[in-house]
Amino acid sequence: MNGAPPAVQARGLTKRFGAFVAVDALDLDIAKGEVVGFIGPNGAGKSTTIRMLCGLLRPSAGTATVAGYDIVREPETVRAHIGYMSQKFSLYGDLTVAENLRFFGGLYRVPRAELKERMAFAVTMAGLTGREDALVRTLAGGWKQRLALGCAILHRPPVLFLDEPTSGVEPEARRRFWDLIHSLAADGVTILVSTHYMDEAEYCNRIALIAAGHLIAIGSPGELKRRDLGGALVELESPQPGAALAALHGAPGVVEAAIFGDRLHVLLAPGTDAAALARFLVAHGLTATPPKPIIPSLEDVFVRLVSRKPAPEAA
Amino acid sequence: MNLRRLLAIAYKETLQIWRDPRSLAIALLMPLMQMGLLGYGVSLDIKRVPLCVYDQENSQLSRGVVNRFTSSDWFRQVAVLQTDRDLRAAMDHGDCIAALVIPVNFSRTLYMTGQDSLQVVLDATDTNTANIATGYAQGIVAQLDADLNANWQGAHGETVRGVGTVDLASRVWFNEGLDSRNFIVPGVVAIILALVGSQLTSLTVSREWERGTMEQLISTPVTGLELMFGKLTPYFVIGLLDAVFCLGTAAFWFHVPFRGSLFTLVLTTALFALVVLGIGYLLSVRIHSQLGASQIALMLTMLPTTMLSGYTFPLDQMPQAVQAISWLVPARYYVTILRSVFLKGSSLWDMAVPVIALLIYAAVIIRAAARAFRKSLD
Repeated sequence: MNGAPPAVQARGLTKRFGAFVAVDALDLDIAKGEVVGFIGPNGAGKSTTIRMLCGLLRPSAGTATVAGYDIVREPETVRAHIGYMSQKFSLYGDLTVAENLRFFGGLYRVPRAELKERMAFAVTMAGLTGREDALVRTLAGGWKQRLALGCAILHRPPVLFLDEPTSGVEPEARRRFWDLIHSLAADGVTILVSTHYMDEAEYCNRIALIAAGHLIAIGSPGELKRRDLGGALVELESPQPGAALAALHGAPGVVEAAIFGDRLHVLLAPGTDAAALARFLVAHGLTATPPKPIIPSLEDVFVRLVSRKPAPEAA
Repeated sequence: MNLRRLLAIAYKETLQIWRDPRSLAIALLMPLMQMGLLGYGVSLDIKRVPLCVYDQENSQLSRGVVNRFTSSDWFRQVAVLQTDRDLRAAMDHGDCIAALVIPVNFSRTLYMTGQDSLQVVLDATDTNTANIATGYAQGIVAQLDADLNANWQGAHGETVRGVGTVDLASRVWFNEGLDSRNFIVPGVVAIILALVGSQLTSLTVSREWERGTMEQLISTPVTGLELMFGKLTPYFVIGLLDAVFCLGTAAFWFHVPFRGSLFTLVLTTALFALVVLGIGYLLSVRIHSQLGASQIALMLTMLPTTMLSGYTFPLDQMPQAVQAISWLVPARYYVTILRSVFLKGSSLWDMAVPVIALLIYAAVIIRAAARAFRKSLD
């Protein structure tokens, strides 16, 4: 590898299962040492993309390189340079913590002199010190996930693919897991991590939003909020949220309206006056709190981007 | 192929077998049960056929005839009958399978006319047993006939001339006692090995798919060959240990004569083990469910091996088409080899055809298994 080639580069990556297009012409560049969050609803194509990049699924079209190696032509070299955590827990429940680590250490041919130290590191990282001889099936979810991460990084791979590593794990364990991800990134490991927790996306350097097999936006959380929303976001409360939502969908200057919990988030076209919105609601016999500008969350961005209406050109 | 990865897989697999009650039961209990069941249960010899005696004459000669029957190994007297009604009742109740009927004037007719008949009544609901019992009875009567002739000629001062009496002196080789156990037990070893070998490996890859561990496994640089040989190694060792147990039981417990070389036996057993392990592995790779793979392995090994290997049912008695199919059954070759090694002491050279057939089989199966594995979720 000369210069600084991207850790992951995909061009037109496509996967079809029969007539169903799971991933459609996806382009992706991830620089060395980046933590990129892969966000999207279930079935959006996150797992399929990650599996293609790991060489587990053969792309129907397009190309990709991982750590500089072609995923179709040199899959074994790719596999030696990646760590992978699948969505479903996939270590051996009938082996102990140490036996699982030793097994993957053997598969990755971690030098014997180094293996002991690497295993100790993984055990410490997973918080399993003293439980090396426990059968893995007896561990709670959070420990299992951290052990899976430990197995995936035994051979110090430069690129890590983590497919929903925190799904089904309690919040405290999720936070600890993200701390681990950041300490790995600090050591120069490139990480592509998928999640459907929007709050986790904020921990990433960049976010790739994917829906129905399409990459619909990529950028830092800040960039996405500023650039991709394409307008000002206001929030209001109404005792009749359903009626209010219906009315707002036809209101002048309203690009998009959606219910968020007990509130309504309304995206206004640039230059629309928020006060006019309040008057519009009152004119329709609806009561509502005065609209107040809010900082959009990634969820707002996501809802906006996957909605039908095209965004007005901004920036 | 990298030895370190192969060994890592073999070690992991060994731990899993050790902790899996189902695999352990198949590996350890199945040979024991089958050997006891088939070794003791299956016998084609019919000895000590229950016999009712209906001696209507009760003369010195007739008692002599009865004695010839009951003192042989082939018949044992269970009842003495007095009337024709008794005879009918005894047969109806299944008290005996054969009844010897000696007519009232047996000895007088014989001495006066020089000939008379004895009657043997048989319960032929089991035709096989009835046929065999008939054979035994004919043998005893033929001997009786010969002895009577000799006595008569001696009594009348005639010397026995060469003309007119040709004696068949048959000599049985290899299984001198015509003991069917010597014929069956080596075949039982083939059945057990086929069953255990294919059952164990049928679970090994399908288990990884079923539990989801395969996804992690194929994301590593492990190759299909490393996975196959790594997984087969512990099962190969188990298969050989099971074979040693079964063969040892055959030789030392059932006293099947062993006349061949141990080397030949081990080599051919290893070949057969590779074939059956390969079949199970191939199924396991192809069918991603443990239940499905083990069921199909059972069907593919149990039925053809018991019916078409010639282990009890003689192949040359079967229709041509069935005989043709039997050439596809690997156990057929191994059963032939086992019998030859045990009873005849044949060398590898003597058994070139079945040995080469097994060799080809092993090569084809292992190659197919290696090619069937795809490192992909597609």
